[in-house]
Amino acid sequence: MIEIPFFFAQAAANPADPVNAGFIRLLVILAYLGSLLVLGFFASRLFRGTKNDYLLASHSIGPFLLLMSIFGTTMTAFALVGSSGEAYRKGIGVYGMLASSSGIIHSMCFFLIGIKIYRFGRKYGYTTQIQFFRDRLDSDFIGLILFPILVGLIIPYLLIGVIAGGTVIQVMTAGAFPDLEMFKVMTPAGTVNGALSGGLPPWLGSLLICGVVLIYVFFGGMRGTAWANAFQTIVFMVLGVVTFVLLANKFGGGETLLESLKNITDKVPNEKLSRVNMKQTHFFSYLLIPLSVGMFPHLFQHWLTAKSSKSFKLSVVCHPIFIMIVWVPCVLIGVWATSLQLPGPIAANANAVLPFIVKTQIGINGLGGAVIAGLLTAGILAAIMSSLDSQFLCVGSIFTNDIMVHYFGKDRFSDKAQMWIARVFVILIVALTYYLSLQDTKSVFTMAVWCFSGFASLFPLVFASLYWKRLTAAGALSAILAMMGSWIYLFRESNWGKDTDYLLTPLGPDYPIMPVVGIFLCSMLAMVLTSFLTKPPSEKTLAKFFD
Amino acid sequence: MRLIIWTLVALLIIFHQDFWNWEKDDAVFGFMPIGLFYHACLSMAAAFVWLLACTFAWPVGADDFGDEIVEKVIDKGEKA
Repeated sequence: MIEIPFFFAQAAANPADPVNAGFIRLLVILAYLGSLLVLGFFASRLFRGTKNDYLLASHSIGPFLLLMSIFGTTMTAFALVGSSGEAYRKGIGVYGMLASSSGIIHSMCFFLIGIKIYRFGRKYGYTTQIQFFRDRLDSDFIGLILFPILVGLIIPYLLIGVIAGGTVIQVMTAGAFPDLEMFKVMTPAGTVNGALSGGLPPWLGSLLICGVVLIYVFFGGMRGTAWANAFQTIVFMVLGVVTFVLLANKFGGGETLLESLKNITDKVPNEKLSRVNMKQTHFFSYLLIPLSVGMFPHLFQHWLTAKSSKSFKLSVVCHPIFIMIVWVPCVLIGVWATSLQLPGPIAANANAVLPFIVKTQIGINGLGGAVIAGLLTAGILAAIMSSLDSQFLCVGSIFTNDIMVHYFGKDRFSDKAQMWIARVFVILIVALTYYLSLQDTKSVFTMAVWCFSGFASLFPLVFASLYWKRLTAAGALSAILAMMGSWIYLFRESNWGKDTDYLLTPLGPDYPIMPVVGIFLCSMLAMVLTSFLTKPPSEKTLAKFFD
Repeated sequence: MRLIIWTLVALLIIFHQDFWNWEKDDAVFGFMPIGLFYHACLSMAAAFVWLLACTFAWPVGADDFGDEIVEKVIDKGEKA
């Protein structure tokens, strides 16, 4: 155990760095994580002690909290760290490919899918997506087949957050404990790796993140999650803009912000200011990826927390603007970084670009710089944790409702017992995710787009279940199996994700498209054809879901 | 009105594919690459279209949960 005097003695451990910027950054990060625990504690004081309150906040979430929690949930580590890293690699086109498309498609999903799901959820008492599909398709088996697929697609998504959290904490706290043997990181040549050594190792950083999220989800449930998401969304939005202004002044060196911005832009290679390195078909086919939002099980659960359908309006309208506020500064920072001479390992790892720039350009300027860099790190962690909490709670809800209660009988468990089952499953899922994050994880980041492709290819299923009377259980089953089959086939073709630039080229190498197009088409065609070939749903089922 | 809203959404998706800006590297206001500026404006346009959708094409009966209707009827004493 580390003694307190030793802990604070780190501040003067290195004569070359009397402030010990890494240690100051660590203190700021710990203070931020502590504030989240306090928030979770206050949320738990409002807890009504029922399962409905624990999993759905008793449908009490108003427009502002719904906007912030949904936005925080859909923006992962990728929004801050990945966007700047991808812009560093590919230029400004990343915004159009990932952000402005999401502004259009996400809001469309909230409007077309979210509001209807909310109505049926309130009307028939659903908590999870599987409950809705079982009821709508009048098929128990559909839940059994969806369960492993949804959980299987969401776990890599969880891993991305946990691993990214550990990595960011290590980079930003490097040098905090220079003399602590267990925190030392050596290069292959046997010298000390200055970029990482002395920082909290990833296993400890990830443990810290998992622990904090677990505590406020465990005690605060969905209300704690919504509050924490709102708080964290404000944190990462504000700090993202602050980072942008500080870096602009640092890089540009002008007397005014505008002058600094012009100075930096002049130094950026022209190819990064346009989309000459991108193919139009690739850009266009990326439009399918944001459809994944329509099938995210954790978002389904967030929709059901709304106080009324009118709570959705603010989310539908403001979501594209919020995306713009977060992504435009990050994309510009990534593009500016192309004018710098970054060290080889940083340039090769796009996800390390933003933390490295923040640390080296802001975090080394004395105590003030270290505090600001610590706050900016908190912003990055906020984006990561605001997705993790909902996903943990959602997987716990799925296990409780769709396995335990569904197969062992509702009467067997009291309301309180069901809430405790959900809590136990949340702990198990956090532990499993943490364990998996310690394994060889090099390919996990490339899994993100594959996970999104899987969810996006199930969009025809959720859309048809709400708008197409002719959809049958066999059609739905065909869609799911076709999605899985084509997904596995193409994932294998990409050498299990190792070929990060894997694209389909049915029209020739000049017209590449995302694999999601193939998977989406397979799923949709299988669903439509099978539905037409099988017996239509009963009048009773249709009367429940169609006016 | 619904037709107009969905036409506008389709237009957003079409305008999203701005091939006319593909190779331009000019900077608006001296610092904002035109391709990025265009798509930031498209995000604002999307927010405006969704504002129109929420104002003029909001789904009817979105808060009709059945039970509430029964409760209201009971409150009014129209049905025991």
